[in-house]
Amino acid sequence: MKITKKIVGLAAILAVGFTTTATFAADTIKIGEINHYKRMAAFAGPYKQGIELALEEVNNAGGVLGKPLEFIFRDDQGKPGEAVKIAEELMTRDGAVMLTGTILSHVGLAISSYAGEKKYLYLASEPLADALVWAKGNDYTFRLRSSTHMQASMLAEAAAKTDAVKYATIAPNYAYGKDAVAAFKKALTALKPDVEFVAEQWPGLFKIDAGAEVQAIERAKPDAIYNVTFGGDLAKFVREGTTRGLFEGRKAYGLLTGEPEYLEPLKDEAPAGWVATGYPWYDFKDGANKVFVDAYQAKFSQSPKIGSLVGYMTVQSIAAGITKAGATDTEALVAAFKGLDVDTPVGKITFRKQDHQATMGAFVGTIAVEDGAGRLVDWSYKKGEDYLPSDEEVKKLRPASN
Amino acid sequence: MTEPDAAVLDVRNLSKSFGGIRAVQDVNFSVKKGELLAMIGPNGAGKTTCFNMLMGQLPRTAGEVHLDGENITGLEPRTIWRKGVGRTFQITATYPSMTVIENVQMALMSHHKRIYSILPFATKLYHDEAMALLELVGMPEQAERHCAILAYGDLKRLELAIALGNGPKLLLMDEPTAGMAPTERTKLMQLTADIVREKNISVLFTEHDMDVVFAHAHRVMVLNRGELIANGSVNDIRNDSKVQEVYLGGGNLFSDDEHQHA
Amino acid sequence: MELIFAQVLTGLANAATLFLVASGLSLIFGVTRIVNFAHGSFYMLGAFIGYSLMQVLPGMFGFWFSVLLAGLAVGVIGVIVEICVLRPVYKAPELFQLVATFGVILVIQDLALLTWGAEDVLGPRAPGLKGIVRIFGEPVPKYDLAMIAITPFVLFGLWYLITKTRVGVLVRAATQDREMVGALGVNQAWLFTGVFFLGSAMAGLGGAIQLPKGGADLLMDFNILASIFVVVVIGGMGSLPGAYIAAVLISVLNVFGVSYLPSSTLVLMFVVMAVVLMVKPYGLLGREEVAGEHGQVGEPERPIKPAGPKVRLAVVVLLAALTLIPLFGSSFLSVLATDIIIFCLFAASLHFILGLGGLVSFGHAAFFGGGAYVAALMVSYANTPMELALLLAPLGAGLLAFIIGWVCMRLTGVYFAMLTLAFAQLLWSLVFQWDEFTGGDDGMVDIWPAKWLAGSTSYFYLTLILGVGGILFLRHVAHSPFGYALRASRDSSRQAEATGINTKRVQWLAFAFAGAMAGIAGGLFVFSKGSIFPTELEIARSFDALIVVFLGGVKTLSGAVVGGASLEYLKDQITRFEYWRITLGIIIIVVVILAPEGIVGTARKVGERLGWVREQEGLR
Repeated sequence: MKITKKIVGLAAILAVGFTTTATFAADTIKIGEINHYKRMAAFAGPYKQGIELALEEVNNAGGVLGKPLEFIFRDDQGKPGEAVKIAEELMTRDGAVMLTGTILSHVGLAISSYAGEKKYLYLASEPLADALVWAKGNDYTFRLRSSTHMQASMLAEAAAKTDAVKYATIAPNYAYGKDAVAAFKKALTALKPDVEFVAEQWPGLFKIDAGAEVQAIERAKPDAIYNVTFGGDLAKFVREGTTRGLFEGRKAYGLLTGEPEYLEPLKDEAPAGWVATGYPWYDFKDGANKVFVDAYQAKFSQSPKIGSLVGYMTVQSIAAGITKAGATDTEALVAAFKGLDVDTPVGKITFRKQDHQATMGAFVGTIAVEDGAGRLVDWSYKKGEDYLPSDEEVKKLRPASN
Repeated sequence: MTEPDAAVLDVRNLSKSFGGIRAVQDVNFSVKKGELLAMIGPNGAGKTTCFNMLMGQLPRTAGEVHLDGENITGLEPRTIWRKGVGRTFQITATYPSMTVIENVQMALMSHHKRIYSILPFATKLYHDEAMALLELVGMPEQAERHCAILAYGDLKRLELAIALGNGPKLLLMDEPTAGMAPTERTKLMQLTADIVREKNISVLFTEHDMDVVFAHAHRVMVLNRGELIANGSVNDIRNDSKVQEVYLGGGNLFSDDEHQHA
Repeated sequence: MELIFAQVLTGLANAATLFLVASGLSLIFGVTRIVNFAHGSFYMLGAFIGYSLMQVLPGMFGFWFSVLLAGLAVGVIGVIVEICVLRPVYKAPELFQLVATFGVILVIQDLALLTWGAEDVLGPRAPGLKGIVRIFGEPVPKYDLAMIAITPFVLFGLWYLITKTRVGVLVRAATQDREMVGALGVNQAWLFTGVFFLGSAMAGLGGAIQLPKGGADLLMDFNILASIFVVVVIGGMGSLPGAYIAAVLISVLNVFGVSYLPSSTLVLMFVVMAVVLMVKPYGLLGREEVAGEHGQVGEPERPIKPAGPKVRLAVVVLLAALTLIPLFGSSFLSVLATDIIIFCLFAASLHFILGLGGLVSFGHAAFFGGGAYVAALMVSYANTPMELALLLAPLGAGLLAFIIGWVCMRLTGVYFAMLTLAFAQLLWSLVFQWDEFTGGDDGMVDIWPAKWLAGSTSYFYLTLILGVGGILFLRHVAHSPFGYALRASRDSSRQAEATGINTKRVQWLAFAFAGAMAGIAGGLFVFSKGSIFPTELEIARSFDALIVVFLGGVKTLSGAVVGGASLEYLKDQITRFEYWRITLGIIIIVVVILAPEGIVGTARKVGERLGWVREQEGLR
């Protein structure tokens, strides 16, 4: 009896498996998009909308290679193992020509490794981990967004201009936080050898004990604070820090802190005076940036987030890559992505041949509170290529290119 | 008193205190080969405490227990069992998820030190021996039944079969007939007496039902407030003034009350 | 010195929320014996509802009224959950209800997303308590002081309710002996509902009262879950003062941990829990648990039998069908089947100790992930060939289970479960933190099978042989003398010990054996994915297996496999839809209600009733 049940269950699997081995609809070019739509809904939502906007534009202009571009969106629950399984399904059953997506770095790394083994093209859109293109980089993985290293270097450059020498850092206790602190320390020490790091705080991700962290930093009496926390951790840290006067008379640098995803929930409690990377969509007066923001607001009646921009640029990059390749087989696409130039809202970016990192930059500015909301003011756009290591160094960082 | 060399079990100065209360004091007795020895006493007299110390389930405060001349004091229950002491419980303990015969096979597997083997099918091991034991307790036709649905009397008999699994020299039976109908009690004790004779093993049992005691026991010990106050033949005990006093005084004259006691 | 005082105050303030939420969990567990995984969801709902109310109710009065209302509202939600979801399954095997509460988590997650949107909300500050007070020169937020002051009153209020009122007497009586309360003529169902109301309301209150310290987000349900379980366990299940002491202990230690050992934030709590449980096995103020018969309440398990000829034939047919997958299905189907087989082996290994041994492990992922990491580390650092690494995975996982089992064996029931959870978390944080060696959460990548097994098809066949072989082996061991000794130890340790069985040793070895089998699953997993991340050691992974064992039927041999295959396949199908979490949650709840003995157990009953399967005598 028990075994009979087992058979019924597995027979069902077989049956459905056979019947859903769908025939590929040959009239669109399919892209497999894997993300944590539920687990990271606040970030994946705007990202998906950015994709939808760009898809509409690309397809209204006739698609690529004469065919419409189509994205298949799949939820991986934030689990690397699931993502890998879905990647296989997208490529072998759904007829996707390449893979893209993910926000969480470890999921990105899992897909990247799988892509390298199975020879599928993977464009990592949002994950920030340096390892993705360097230590664990492979021939089939490209990354769009400016990495942890690049953004941390931009902040270090700003920090080096002040006379602060004693720094405290606070970062979530996981790979992204550690990379972000290491990159900042390295870049800042190179620019200003006399800096000293007097406290390094490592709250668990989304488990910050903000009061205790603030007390610990205060105890170290730093001149400046480098913050990598984000989301709910950031909100708690900022609130406790402001309440207890931690930021008074101190410089503070916030990685990603100025991005709308993190700044908007803080409303009028946004930490004024922090230097941060972000996305000042509200400030664009003209140019491609403005065009994108207007189109996005017109379509969704919402303000764009940084994720929206990345999603939009993901489609632009893929469309450009396929057009350049003139084909959709993986080897042609990989060849096309190497050195691919893409015109985007933030200007022309290039997917570098040497490490597959795109030269998308970031906006760096100072946080201010205007009309009860946090804004990035006095900002400037820093080009990605200026914050990437030399080719020599890249060779050392990226075993795959040797 | 009996000669020590003829005794299967020899208990010397066994004592137990819970906090300041002395539950069992300086109890001395022995069980002879082939003997059915009853231990009686009012509630709280210390019978179960005695049993649990004998079987190693309760650490003793003082005293020694010898089995066939070997000191088994303070050993674990499972070690004492391996030396040839079987026991049945006041509240039956069987394996409800198994069949009747599997319950017995389990004891046989343990006896033959096979419990750590993972290759054979357990149901095929010692099947005939288990069947023989079930026949001995008169329930071969129930062998394949689910233990969880057995009647209470059958459970008691099953427990007896399990206890015989290691071919014991001595059986300790704590209230073997508790909770049974009077006719069932007699049947079970008659069965026990037959087995004792056939296998030449000794039995120490506690009992509330004086009819059972006087009908089946070869010898009777009386425990009161942790002390052994009498020890002798059925007739001696029946006529012992101290015993009568205890039972009259306790208002518990040979009743078949079956409450738990310390 | 001033700073230390201020730090203690911070710890006490943090303890407030933790205590409020944990006391609710403790109450619910103490009386109903339900391990309520959804308690974190009630906390999240409290935060969101409180936030919404504070938007419309102004001023100091509005703020505190919102906090109270949020508590009441969540209490009502708790009552709805109790009546609709849990009441139908009280008669099911103990701990079965946790599967239902897991379904509730999924439903609430999607409902919260629908209602409040995806973005985090920042909690409003408490009117009148926005600033700081300087104590010995150190800044202390006024709101911290308010929380420190409120908590003892709540503790006292609950204590008074429990110890001095008639309701409390009944609740306490129910904690110790449920049947007796029923015998006293008290309507047990409504007593449970009342306790659920109180417990959920405490969670809601905790969620709302912490708003000024943070806010509300969609991840806070899971983020607080581990901490409140730790508090309840350290304090002693069902003990309110214990929960308070534990909350203070954890929070204050954490504050000092943050200052003096900043990297300790992940492990500290679990180290404290492991130490406390090793010294005081039932928590600081907990009472010894009445012999844990977990998973064995209700109708007794049926005897098991080795497969007969018909069943064997069926297995052969099934295996033949499986071997044909790569020939007729897509390569994705091979990959999906590989995933399912691996998961089924993992679940079956948990079933071995949970079902047959009666030992509930909340940390079985330690051995799945442990095996995977052993293989990955061997490949990465010693260039071990895949074949050898696959052999070392179960050995490593088995050794790990041998060591962890040795420590955990002294406990039983829920405390045993919690200690296994603590060790799994310790392992997780070790792997997570030690990134030079394990890659931290960036994991280890490029762990691929040997060339001859590189394709999805050949790897599927390897998984088929090892995975199905492992499942069949586990099944065979269940029928062996060792399997019987394990069941005997579970059924009656008294009888087993009295007949020469060293029950603790049998259980310990079974634990190690199950760990090794989970290690095989882990080894297969890492080579099928090419990478391994600490997520495979997470609590969620342990719960995955736990849920399918119960869902499939804990008292049946094939329950784990059937449950594992069904759920894994179902997930693969419904994650394609937008609101898959609410769908999956409702499906789980419906299955739990319709099949309180698990899929296999209930299917067997239905089969018997319809005359398809030979009925067993007298068990109706």
